[in-house]
Amino acid sequence: MTRTLSAPVTVAFDYTRSTGPVIGRFLTGLRDGVVVAGRTSGGEVVVPPLEYDPDTHDQTSDFVEVASVGTVTSWTWVPEPVKDQPFDRPFAFALVTLDGATRPFFHALDVASPDEVSTGMRVQVRWAAERTGAITDIECFEPATDAGPTGVEALGDNPVTGVITPVSLDYLYAASPEESAFYRGLNEGRILGQRCPTCSKVYVPPRSACPADGTPTAEEVEVSQTGTITTFCIVNVPFLGQKIVPPYVSAYVLLDGADIAVLHLILGVPADEVRMGMRVKAVWKPREEWTYSLENIDHFEPTGDPDADYDTYRHHL
Amino acid sequence: MRDVAIVGFAQRQMEEFDGSPTCVELLVPLFAECYEQTGWNRHDIGFWCSGSSDYLAGRSFSFVSAVDAIGVIPPVNESHVEMDAAWALYEAWLKIQTGEVDTALVYGFGKSSAGVLRRTLALQLDPYTMTPLWPDTVSLAGLQARAGIDAGTWDERAMAEVVNRSLTDAEKNEYAIRKGGSSVDELLARPMYADPLRKHDCAPVTDGAAAIVLAAGDRARSVSDRPAWISGIAHNVDPISMGNRELTRSPSTAAAAAGLDLTGVEVAELHAPFSHQELILRSELGLADDVAINPSGGALAGNPMFTGGLIRFGEAAKQVWSGNADKVLAHATSGPALQQNLVTTLEGRS
Repeated sequence: MTRTLSAPVTVAFDYTRSTGPVIGRFLTGLRDGVVVAGRTSGGEVVVPPLEYDPDTHDQTSDFVEVASVGTVTSWTWVPEPVKDQPFDRPFAFALVTLDGATRPFFHALDVASPDEVSTGMRVQVRWAAERTGAITDIECFEPATDAGPTGVEALGDNPVTGVITPVSLDYLYAASPEESAFYRGLNEGRILGQRCPTCSKVYVPPRSACPADGTPTAEEVEVSQTGTITTFCIVNVPFLGQKIVPPYVSAYVLLDGADIAVLHLILGVPADEVRMGMRVKAVWKPREEWTYSLENIDHFEPTGDPDADYDTYRHHL
Repeated sequence: MRDVAIVGFAQRQMEEFDGSPTCVELLVPLFAECYEQTGWNRHDIGFWCSGSSDYLAGRSFSFVSAVDAIGVIPPVNESHVEMDAAWALYEAWLKIQTGEVDTALVYGFGKSSAGVLRRTLALQLDPYTMTPLWPDTVSLAGLQARAGIDAGTWDERAMAEVVNRSLTDAEKNEYAIRKGGSSVDELLARPMYADPLRKHDCAPVTDGAAAIVLAAGDRARSVSDRPAWISGIAHNVDPISMGNRELTRSPSTAAAAAGLDLTGVEVAELHAPFSHQELILRSELGLADDVAINPSGGALAGNPMFTGGLIRFGEAAKQVWSGNADKVLAHATSGPALQQNLVTTLEGRS
């Protein structure tokens, strides 16, 4: 058994980015089947065009079309492609100096083995079947043929002004030893915290070190399943991924015996009756649904007891 | 300029850290080591600065959680760089130069093994024309290695010699996660991985953390009879695009070195995550043949992300503390294929 609990996590987000006039011009060209370079004041012809001239710092305004055929100036073999690379089988990445350009351009090169690629070899663009105004409109380079690259039809005349770049990263996410103890406790129907040996505060969930004094938390403490609402918010706004229909109440619950509140859902009471000081208790899901998660507790609901005195939780707001 | 020295250093390196990506539980004992070395406690530290990355951690504001390891009552003066912690050291050095503080603790941490490191690092590239192709770190280094081989600037044998020397030296480094030299011929007989790179040409994926203590003037002298004084520090950057720099060179390293006096350097700790990059750095820095390079084994023996550069500073400082050298060089890199480079000289004064 490993020391800590871990689980796969995927963090994904689609970035919407404006391109500006220079990269926009380049991506518009790709969508229309031409490679657009930028000429610098020093006479370099650069693909993709630089947004600003490296010497004068002026915005690039001198655009020139270059060939979709060129020469490999460096290459490397990719034996184990990672997710989202142009191919999911071994391929090459290459720097290719297109005819008419003076600087090399980075892209994938589709060959079956490293024996089929060499510096100086002639390659040509293979256009993607569907072009949207993105770097991936070039599917890859391929060894040049006498016929040259396949002609492509020009698409639309609206310039490209933005791109959406999805980013998705996979992790094996591990909890700290202290957090692991907390989640293992939840799987047994217990709410565990740990006490800081220096300041005696009980953290729920426990942390690897007391944030106040930096001492590792050590002593395990089981806290009560009953506590006090220290503060709350009535959620009226719908948002992506929301699991409950608004309005509902999200509240900080200071469990008896703990020095830090946990955030949870309050049910069993109309939203407009929830108040600071209200006494609440944990309502667990059926045992067979438990995992290593705070979601084992379905929600908190009022105990019906009189409200807690403000002084009992004023230091925990 | 104020005199500032490195007076404390602690590190951990491992193939896989079994713990949280905030690395709090890893940082607490490192800070404790630094307190023991200096005789100080957290209240003696005037400024805290860290290097790490949320992309590595897979969670937002991971550096804020790591602050738990400090303890922040009373509140502390703290900052963070999304770069190797060597740049956090640069920020801390600047902070001390302002006169606002006399001491600083710099730390770096990262759990590279939580994701696929060479893929995660594609997020530091140009998001319009590079990242959508997910160029992995090893591939970008491979393009650089090929460019030098084709140009005749280095060859596979020279790369293997770097590896052999590094892994032999790493046998004396208790923190190295890859060690054990063999022979250049044996290394060259091993299969190609990402042609032209063999696996041993690439730094191993490494988890870890490190911490360094800086102090000015008398505060440094109060800790040690022989602090490692920072006598020069400079950093420069090259274009991010692979097509717009001469890959066989590192102009930013040369530019950084140009601002420093490198005469008399006896030992250099160079942050070269790929074997051919040590050859580039050595050439750009103009190091003489008798300069000992990476007696720690260097990044090829272990390269925790966001810490590998800072560890070079710590290893270099140890050479001064021990009296083994009077003048040493420490280098850190960040970004793809040696894009950004930070060079420092450290000196012992008797």
